[in-house]
Amino acid sequence: MGLLTNLRDSISRVTDGLFAADEPKRIGIYGPPNAGKTTLANRIARDWTGDAVGPESHIPHETRRARRKENVEIERNGRKVTIDIVDTPGVTTKVDYKEFLDHDMDKEDAVRRSREATEGVAEAMHWLREDVDGVIYVLDSTTDPFTQVNTMLIGIIESQDLPALILANKTDLSGSDVQQIANAFPQHETIPLSALEGENMDEVYTKIAEYFG
Amino acid sequence: MPGATPDVDGNDDPADDGVRIDMISGARMEGLTSMEKIRLILDGVREGNIVILEEGLSPDEESKLIEVTMTEISPDDFTGIEIETYPKPESGNQSFLDRLMGRESTQKLTVIGPANRIETLHKDENLISTLVSRK
Repeated sequence: MGLLTNLRDSISRVTDGLFAADEPKRIGIYGPPNAGKTTLANRIARDWTGDAVGPESHIPHETRRARRKENVEIERNGRKVTIDIVDTPGVTTKVDYKEFLDHDMDKEDAVRRSREATEGVAEAMHWLREDVDGVIYVLDSTTDPFTQVNTMLIGIIESQDLPALILANKTDLSGSDVQQIANAFPQHETIPLSALEGENMDEVYTKIAEYFG
Repeated sequence: MPGATPDVDGNDDPADDGVRIDMISGARMEGLTSMEKIRLILDGVREGNIVILEEGLSPDEESKLIEVTMTEISPDDFTGIEIETYPKPESGNQSFLDRLMGRESTQKLTVIGPANRIETLHKDENLISTLVSRK
C-alpha cells in the first residue's frame, strides 16, 4: 500500500474514533475452533446483561455465523465501558465434512455443517478487516499455540493496529499451560481464565475496560 | 501430453509419481495485485501442487486468502489449504512511519499446499517440519 492509501486509512480511523467516541466499540472474539469463544461470549453477556449469545458445543464449528450482543455495559473501578460483543466462528484454513461424521452426523448434515462453517469463517475474516474496533483472541491453553492460524490472525490484527487482548482459556483443565501461550506471543499480554468455570473473570473485565474503554 | 513416454506406472502424467513444487520468487509476485497472487496460489494448490513463496503475503492478503479459500471448499473435491510460515521474529519492530509509507515488510518464506496432502509435523520459531504425501 502506498503513502496516500495509508494516510487516508489513518485519518479515517482517527476521525471515525472522534465522531464515534460515545458509540459502543465492536469487540470481536476470535480464535481457532473449540477455543471456548462462545463460552466466553456467553459468560460476559450473562454477567452483564443476563442473556446468552449462542449455543456452546464440543463439536467444532458450532458457531457458524458471527453473532453480536449489543450494548454490554461493563462497570470497572467506577467507570462504565459499553461494548458490542461479536462472537465469531473459529478461524481455519480447511474444513472437511468427514470430520463431522465422527460426531454422530449423517453425510447430508455433515456437508451442510461444513458449508455453513466455510461461510462463517469467510464472514469472520471480513468482520476482522472491516467491522471490529478491537479483538479478544481466545486460545485453548491445553493445546499448542504455535499454529499457522494463530500466527496469521495475530499478524492480521497487529497490521490493522487493533487493540488485542489474548486470553488463555480452559485453565480448569489439567493440561493447561498458560506460559506456553505467553511465550508464543510475547508482544501481547496474556490473561489466564476458565470461561466455563468463571475463574479469573474479574481480571478479564478489568483488562477489557483498560483495552477497549 | 501427446507422444510422451509413459512413466513407470504406465501413466503419462508425471505428477502421479511425485509431488510438484512451484517455487515462486518475490520478483514474480511483485507486479501482481492481491487477487492475482491469491489466484496464482489457489490455482496451483487446487491442482495438487505445493507452492513456495519466497517472500510471502501481507497480512491483508493472508486474510483474503483464507476468505477466498473458504468460498472454494467443496465436499469430496477441495478441503482447503495448509499454509506455513515462521512466526514474526519480533512484532512491532517496524516504526509507524514505515507502515505509513507502505514499507511494511512481508518477507517470510511461505509454504502452501492442499490440506489433504500436507501435514505439519512440528513448528516452532525457527523450524517447520512438514510431511507431504502423494495423491
